[in-house]
Amino acid sequence: MSMIFGVPLAVLLGQLLIGIINGAFYALLSLGLAVIFGLLKIINFAHGAMYMLGALVTVVLFDALGVNYWVALFLAPLLVGVFGVLIEYFLLRRIAGQDHIYSLLLTFGVALILQGVLTNIYGVSGLRYAMPDVFKGGFNLDFMFLPYYRAWVIVVALLVCFGTWFMIEKTKLGSYLRAGTEDSQLMQGFGINVPLLVSLTYGFGVALAAFAGVLAAPIYSVTPTMGSTTLIVVFAVVVIGGMGSIGGAIITGILMGVIEGLTKTFYPPASSAVIFLVMVVVLMFRPNGLFGKEA
Amino acid sequence: MMSQPINSADVHKAMLEQQKSQDRRKMLLNGALLLLLLAAPFALYPVFLMKILCFALFAVAFNLLFGFTGLLSFGHAAFLASGAYTTGYLLSNYSGLTTEMGIIAGTLVATALGLVFALLSIRRQGIYFAMVTLALAQLVYFFFVQSEFTGGEDGLHGIPRGELFGVIDLSDNMNMYYFVLTVFIACYLLVQRIVSSPYGQVLKAIKQNEPRAVSLGYNVDRYKILAFVISAGLTGLAGSLKSVVFQLASLNDAHWHMSGEVILMTLVGGLGTLLGPVIGSTFVVNVEYQLSQGPLRDWVDPILGGIFVLTVLAFRSGIVGEIQKFMRKNLG
Repeated sequence: MSMIFGVPLAVLLGQLLIGIINGAFYALLSLGLAVIFGLLKIINFAHGAMYMLGALVTVVLFDALGVNYWVALFLAPLLVGVFGVLIEYFLLRRIAGQDHIYSLLLTFGVALILQGVLTNIYGVSGLRYAMPDVFKGGFNLDFMFLPYYRAWVIVVALLVCFGTWFMIEKTKLGSYLRAGTEDSQLMQGFGINVPLLVSLTYGFGVALAAFAGVLAAPIYSVTPTMGSTTLIVVFAVVVIGGMGSIGGAIITGILMGVIEGLTKTFYPPASSAVIFLVMVVVLMFRPNGLFGKEA
Repeated sequence: MMSQPINSADVHKAMLEQQKSQDRRKMLLNGALLLLLLAAPFALYPVFLMKILCFALFAVAFNLLFGFTGLLSFGHAAFLASGAYTTGYLLSNYSGLTTEMGIIAGTLVATALGLVFALLSIRRQGIYFAMVTLALAQLVYFFFVQSEFTGGEDGLHGIPRGELFGVIDLSDNMNMYYFVLTVFIACYLLVQRIVSSPYGQVLKAIKQNEPRAVSLGYNVDRYKILAFVISAGLTGLAGSLKSVVFQLASLNDAHWHMSGEVILMTLVGGLGTLLGPVIGSTFVVNVEYQLSQGPLRDWVDPILGGIFVLTVLAFRSGIVGEIQKFMRKNLG
């Protein structure tokens, strides 16, 4: 068997693959954060909780109503998205004129509530979600085995990321969103319903998180606390990528997943910290992030 | 009818009178609080009081940065834990050290860590600053999880309280209490002094309008870094004291939850007021304690989250801030 730096090639590629999959999740989550940040100028601290909610809704819908994976893939983000719109309408809107720090603290409180209540209902040991039958088995590439589901996650996450990027950067709706970011009062003057746009953007952003949650349900352990640690990693990803760019969020997400995977191969103890180390280095040399635009 | 001509000397005198009566009111309040704190351990369990004092110091230190300088750090748990672990490790392993040496060492380590954090994060502002400090603190958290000297998941247990200056036996709860109280009051006065000094005025100016402070010729970054470092050092001191009081240093101190909790304490008490963080931490520690004793023991987190949401939505000035508003409106 061929070796690279003392590591069998198969192991390396295996970790690389896991890295890309984790990276796909980071990309989806940091994309949602970037979209919300774009129009609302807030960091959504409840983003991890929404990701968790997506996964949990998938499991609960299946256990209680037998809702299958494909339906959940649409239904869970929709439900969580509506929930997000309600949060925006009833809570975030009330402090719209205040310092942005308050909206961060507000969403932090929301995350604590969601996580705490659901922990009391579902415990911390983790729920299991059975892999849909279609995804049993995998491709036998010569050097490694690629489970169908993992391949599916990569493909669909990339498609959703690209679709979101396309919508925001290339369509009319996207141009409204970007214009709303620049000058919401002027947009209002042109007859665009900016408050509605804001609600929907928040809903869409958290729906992206919930979508990542559905994708995660069959492969990760579903617990009420699954979002909180992931969220901090995603924050670091966002800092590395820079807040200015949607595309930057996607690329950085995947890149960081890969770096994490590689670290797991060569020096496992550092794997959970490596993204934060990268962040420190990036902050020293490019304080605005790799793709950041703002001064 | 002719209105009485206004004599400016009279106005001045009246203003002085008002200022004096305000000062007197403040003196009375502070004196009463001091008496209360001195007498408290005779009525209440000293360890519980010390817990409140440690968290109050933590919140006072945090407030110097967030409340007075306008920088929201979401990584202060890192300083609390580095102080606690340093002190705990030194006192457990080097029996020649007296307690205050261990505490000073913990404070210095936290201060140094604060400088590193500050240098890395100071160029970012607002929410971005919060994210960077949170991520840096998470890095520190992983370091503590992996390191041997912290005892990993178990933490450090049975840290000896030892003797203060090699003379005063701190295993006695009363001695320990008055030591913690002395340190707390000293730090509180220090922060009070800092806030009312010219340096503190510049910090407030930075909070209110940073570009203006820059255009007035202040090297804003240096002011902010110094505030961050002082805040980190005092937080480390709180952590060191806490590890001696409870004879325990654990990952709990380093977890980001802790960073969130100190924000809550400061916010509930009153952001940017001197007494606010003290009241806020007393409130939060009590709420947590009362809940953990009752049937709602599993609901502490969501209830704290609810308090968070409520505070941000309904009374952002916090307990002390709202009282001040009320007094200003009704008592002039």
